[in-house]
Amino acid sequence: MTMTPTPAALTFPHAIGAWVLHALAAIGRVSRLVAEFVRGLVEWRIWLPRTIDEAWNVGVGSLFIILLVSGFAGAVTALQAGYQFTGSIPLYVVGSLVVESIILELGPVLTALVLAGRIGARYAAELGTMRVTEQIDALESLGRSPASHLLVPRILACMVMIPVLTVMADLIGVASGWYFAMQVLPITNSDFTYGARAFWRDFDAYYSVIKAFSFAVSIAVISTYMGFSTQQGAEGVGKATTTAVVASSVLILLLDTLLARVLLHG
Amino acid sequence: MIEITNLHKSFGDQVVLDGVNFDVMEGETVALLGPSGTGKSVLLKHINGLIRPDLGRVMVDGLEVARLHRKELASLRTRVGYVFQNGALFDSMNVFENIRIGIVDGDHYTDADYCTKRVARCLDLVNLVQETSMKLPAELSGGMRKRVGIARAIAGEPKYLLYDEPTSGLDPVNADIIDGLVTRLAEELGVTSVTVTHDVRGAFKVADRIALLAGGKVVLEGTKEEFMESTHPKVKAFLERDFENSSFAA
Repeated sequence: MTMTPTPAALTFPHAIGAWVLHALAAIGRVSRLVAEFVRGLVEWRIWLPRTIDEAWNVGVGSLFIILLVSGFAGAVTALQAGYQFTGSIPLYVVGSLVVESIILELGPVLTALVLAGRIGARYAAELGTMRVTEQIDALESLGRSPASHLLVPRILACMVMIPVLTVMADLIGVASGWYFAMQVLPITNSDFTYGARAFWRDFDAYYSVIKAFSFAVSIAVISTYMGFSTQQGAEGVGKATTTAVVASSVLILLLDTLLARVLLHG
Repeated sequence: MIEITNLHKSFGDQVVLDGVNFDVMEGETVALLGPSGTGKSVLLKHINGLIRPDLGRVMVDGLEVARLHRKELASLRTRVGYVFQNGALFDSMNVFENIRIGIVDGDHYTDADYCTKRVARCLDLVNLVQETSMKLPAELSGGMRKRVGIARAIAGEPKYLLYDEPTSGLDPVNADIIDGLVTRLAEELGVTSVTVTHDVRGAFKVADRIALLAGGKVVLEGTKEEFMESTHPKVKAFLERDFENSSFAA
């Protein structure tokens, strides 16, 4: 007697197959976007002025929120470390904890997550609206490259400005942690500095910038990809924007783990 | 000359174009009629390569559009002005910049004097006052947006002009102005024009020749007189606006 497959048995492999095909297609489209970006670099007269405008928007526009977030992160790190380090752990370790936590983790990750919301959402919404209102088609119909006009400036602006913002976030976070430690904890300036120097390696600073650069590429590529591939009007723009923020944030956390494993324990 | 031969296009299971054959001669204005959703805009986008065909070919000046390399396609597009249905103006740019970006010659585009004069000339051609140039698209009425869209399309001095529903969403007065503009530009600039529309009156006003797209095919192509005298059921249904009892989709 032959067994007839149930609909559920047919559906599961079908769903897996469809998901794999969908994922491969998305990887193909992102690769194509990256290829367009590389091709667009040739037209530097087009992208250079637009990149400067975008860099200004990303950098100056995000400065306040980034400094605010990193300032609070530094303060809370110092206060919580002081609260926990009672008894046998010497308080100078607070200096080490603040500097290492901010530079290795909180500075780059918090900056990237905030910018995934602020810049990623903006890029996806802008480009998505341009897609559904045929502005991108209009550029192409004029024989102009959407890559050099829209893609290259946004990606380059992120690649340059997000590491710069991260360095500023690191500095403000450490300064804020130092200030609150001095104000609230029974610790001297020389204790804090001693602690900070005790576990410091120059590589930590490079690591922070490498992370920031990787996060910048993720935010820029995902949000521009989502914008360019937007369909179906206002609903599509909303969906693209949400997906851009969620996917960028998830990728930032995955990269955070991957880079820690490869660069710190490789 | 534009030659469209056996053009097929589907989106998923939906067949939009099912073997379209359609030619446009040098210097003529052809109106492509059909109700909304019959694939008129899809057909128009094949002409400048914004959409690639599943089967068949589109030739412009002897070049097969789908086979052109990136640079060749960009070069072809500089000769084919495209007026989008809703203007598709760049909303972050003012009218001046929107028209200026239509200047496709690299040397001219970077020449500030040339651009100022060319934008002023294009605004004149579409009957817009010079003060409009500093406005943003959001500050313009629907009719003005359409005219700025036309000004951008003609800024690069194209050989062909493709109009996608140039009068849709406009009141009769503005629709008449745009129709007059299409006719005048064809005469003054000597461009070859294709206009897709569902407005029979406007099509009769601007076109030398009319084609009706129905069922994914061009069911009739001819002069206004031939169109009016046709006994083809789809033509009669379209002229009598009897869309419910006659399917126009492919």
